Amino acid sequence: MKRNDVKRNSQPATPNSPLANFFRALWAVVWKDLSAEWRSRELLTAMLVFALLVILIFNFALELDARARASVTAGVLWVTFAFAGTLGLNRSMATEKDRGCLDGLLLAPVDRSAIYFGKAVGNLIFMFVVEVIVLPVYSVLYNINLFRPGLLLVILLGSIGYVAVGTLLSTMAVQARTRDILLPILLFPLVVPVMIAAVKASGGFLQNLAWAEVNAWLNILVVYDIIFIAIAFMFFDYVVEE
Amino acid sequence: MQSKPRFLTILDSVTAILFVIAVAMVFFYAPLERTMGQVQKVFYFHVATAWVGMLGFLVAAVVGILYLLKNDCKYDIAGIAAIEISLVFFFIAIIMGSIWARPVWNTWWTWDPRLTTATIVELIYAAYMMLRQGIEDPDRRARFGAVYSILGFLSVPLTFISIRLLRTIHPVVVGDSDPGAEGSFSMTDPMKATFFFSLFTFSVLFVDLFWHRLRMGKLAVVVEELRMKVSA
Repeated sequence: MKRNDVKRNSQPATPNSPLANFFRALWAVVWKDLSAEWRSRELLTAMLVFALLVILIFNFALELDARARASVTAGVLWVTFAFAGTLGLNRSMATEKDRGCLDGLLLAPVDRSAIYFGKAVGNLIFMFVVEVIVLPVYSVLYNINLFRPGLLLVILLGSIGYVAVGTLLSTMAVQARTRDILLPILLFPLVVPVMIAAVKASGGFLQNLAWAEVNAWLNILVVYDIIFIAIAFMFFDYVVEE
Repeated sequence: MQSKPRFLTILDSVTAILFVIAVAMVFFYAPLERTMGQVQKVFYFHVATAWVGMLGFLVAAVVGILYLLKNDCKYDIAGIAAIEISLVFFFIAIIMGSIWARPVWNTWWTWDPRLTTATIVELIYAAYMMLRQGIEDPDRRARFGAVYSILGFLSVPLTFISIRLLRTIHPVVVGDSDPGAEGSFSMTDPMKATFFFSLFTFSVLFVDLFWHRLRMGKLAVVVEELRMKVSA
């Protein structure tokens, strides 16, 4: 008994449990993506400029006057996020594939799902950065206050679902011959539930609807997130296997 | 070179006979619906084709799981076979629905949950075909196809529920009917007989086509192997 105690205490201070290893690997992948992005700033610049251009085009396409704005803001926002998100997802996986980084990652003695979650968290952070910049710009340009806790919650849940499926599919798409055009075609039909629920819930919060009316849409978002994170977790191995 | 199995030839004839009977039942046995008249007869084959479509997508998801577990190329052949057939049948179901909707709903198309979901399902499996076309390595193509067919099938219920939360006007003929539905009707016994016979006929038709397509897939593998041998 005593010796057992000693043994346990003699282990190094840094935890070596599988879970801690998993999170360290995950964080390493995220950190790699973030620091690479910090040095080049290719991806975020492209996503941001693209997102602002989409909003600008919507301004002309939809004649966003004060009356139209109240009803279409949620739709415009989510289309913008989805398009900019696709750009980011494609690019983030393409850089891995082009320079053989993906093979390097796969050779690392860590759980494959740690790589998936690392890439997903990285993509999610890029999407959040874009959203955090687009929201105030949109607020100023169209004189509408978008900083409501409800809306931010919807954006959080919607982005998680979008990125969870998107990371898995972009891993598949970059390994195909037609990769740049393939990702949106694979991704958009699968994220229809996220788009509908996110647009409806965002619209509900923007029009100050009662909680009961938005609740169902939030539930769909949560269910989608859980199901598709679990599926991506299970299938990522098959998608990167050589 | 394996010859065509005899049972498959028999199944071909049985399918053809069943199909003729089903058409005859639709036109001569099933009574005329009171308000919609002749156009209601589309319903028998509309539901049957849609059913075959969903059946094929389910089969594809199941063999997709089996492929990932067993890594056997026969499951991949089955997956692509089921999806190819179902894409066509589902498309026919949508066209037939449009033919019915024009006089009954007074429009070819409406953004109703069922119609919208059907379109998205078609797009999912069209994307599946494009994904397969973009990959040369057969093993990787099979794996990605399996993963995507499972993902696609699982997303369909969620898509349907989320669109369903908006109002629907599509009639629910079997099971509980929504009072808001337009073009709804209740079936008499001869109608029910015709309806279930059509379902049965199309299920047999699916099995028959599926079998043919499986054979074709296997022969394609043989051809591919022979070509490799010649070029090597």
